[in-house]
Amino acid sequence: MNIAIKKFYYGDIPEEKGGTGNYQSTADSHAWPLWEIFIRSKQGLDHKHVGSLHAADAAMAIENARDVYTRRMEGVSIWVVESKYISASNPEEAGELYEPAVDKIYRHPTFYQLPDEVNHM
Amino acid sequence: MPVQDFEQVFQDKIDGEIKIEPKDWMPDAYRKTNLRQISQHAHSEVVGMLPEGNWVTRAPSLKRKAILLAKIQDEAGHGLYLYSAAETLGMSRDEMIGDLHSGKAKYSSIFNYPALTWADMGAIGWLVDGAAILNQVMLCRTSYGPYARAMVRICKEESFHQRQGFESLLVLSKGTDEQKAMCQDAINRWWWPSLMMFGPKDSESTNSDQSMKWKIKRKSNDELRQQFVDMIAQQIKVLGMKLPDEALQWNEQRGHYDFGAINWDEFWAVVKGNGPCNKQRLEARRKAHEQGAWVREAAMAYAAKTAQKKAAAAMQAGALEMA
Ligand SMILES: [Fe+2]
Ligand SMILES: [Fe+2]
Repeated sequence: MNIAIKKFYYGDIPEEKGGTGNYQSTADSHAWPLWEIFIRSKQGLDHKHVGSLHAADAAMAIENARDVYTRRMEGVSIWVVESKYISASNPEEAGELYEPAVDKIYRHPTFYQLPDEVNHM
Repeated sequence: MPVQDFEQVFQDKIDGEIKIEPKDWMPDAYRKTNLRQISQHAHSEVVGMLPEGNWVTRAPSLKRKAILLAKIQDEAGHGLYLYSAAETLGMSRDEMIGDLHSGKAKYSSIFNYPALTWADMGAIGWLVDGAAILNQVMLCRTSYGPYARAMVRICKEESFHQRQGFESLLVLSKGTDEQKAMCQDAINRWWWPSLMMFGPKDSESTNSDQSMKWKIKRKSNDELRQQFVDMIAQQIKVLGMKLPDEALQWNEQRGHYDFGAINWDEFWAVVKGNGPCNKQRLEARRKAHEQGAWVREAAMAYAAKTAQKKAAAAMQAGALEMA
């Protein structure tokens, strides 16, 4: 596909209009790994995925997560896990994967029609 | 499935307001456009810290210093949310930062203007963050999931930025003649560059607007710019100051403020690297990156060493148990 996008906005300046530079950055061979961050916003609630960040190790990932994701008291507990350890389902297989649940409407309470007297059950 | 079918499924999702997630199939141009836009947005947040950082040590009071530091820290966080969102499209953080430092990647031109007086801190918060907010509120509904989520987080933090800026100007506007003059001068200098933040006029774009069709953007440059002018033209009355535009006038018929012509030559000159501070900004970024290299290396070395020690201790404990 070769679509020229000519329209642009704040934070979106097309490459052909940009000036050029001759600075060569040295690739950082010591790049920190990526971590996924989960925050419990208050006692009694689940940890929820909030985003990711780079850190050298787990302790640093927790400290950075505190600075990035809880500056306004958004959390009381932090989980971090290196992103490479996350296994994910494949969206292209979503059809087959969730198919078994599609035709089992009897798993929902609304499937059962009860007399008015007991319908609040 | 042939590519056309994939594209149809993709467009159907967009039309049905279903967000696109990192592992979903997407047209190459969609990936590229998002990657460019999100990374430029990230760079803007990061470079945007520089004009403000310039005033941290010279803030007029401890309160203002703490506020300024908190705002700058937020901007660093915004950069990070956005870099993370961009990384989900398959470009490494290193590569993005390399592109910024080489001049290949761009950031918002507004940050190539100098912050000359303390009043600039107020004007930046009110006008620059104010303009950014309009754009970012729209982007909360952008079609790429990670970008939209980053925007929601950013918008929550952003409103304090604009409010503290306005409040700071409000104090100056009620101060001595000198303070009032400083307030007006900052507004004079930041007004036009703020209008340029929304990008070129709609009439300069091609008719096939892919970004709109893909719902990456939902409002045109001119729409957002007009929204901004209408908002600021009202708010400035509270300050008792004037916008530096003789043509600014309420248009009863349109229900909007009319405003004067923007100097697009200046805009393009700054984009191309010839603004007042382009060189200085990039040099500051490179210097920080290069001089921080040893810290990044040391942290990795330390992490490797502690992991090794831990493993050795675990092995020893295992051996003891066996014995
Ligand atoms: Fe920001
Ligand atoms: Fe901001």
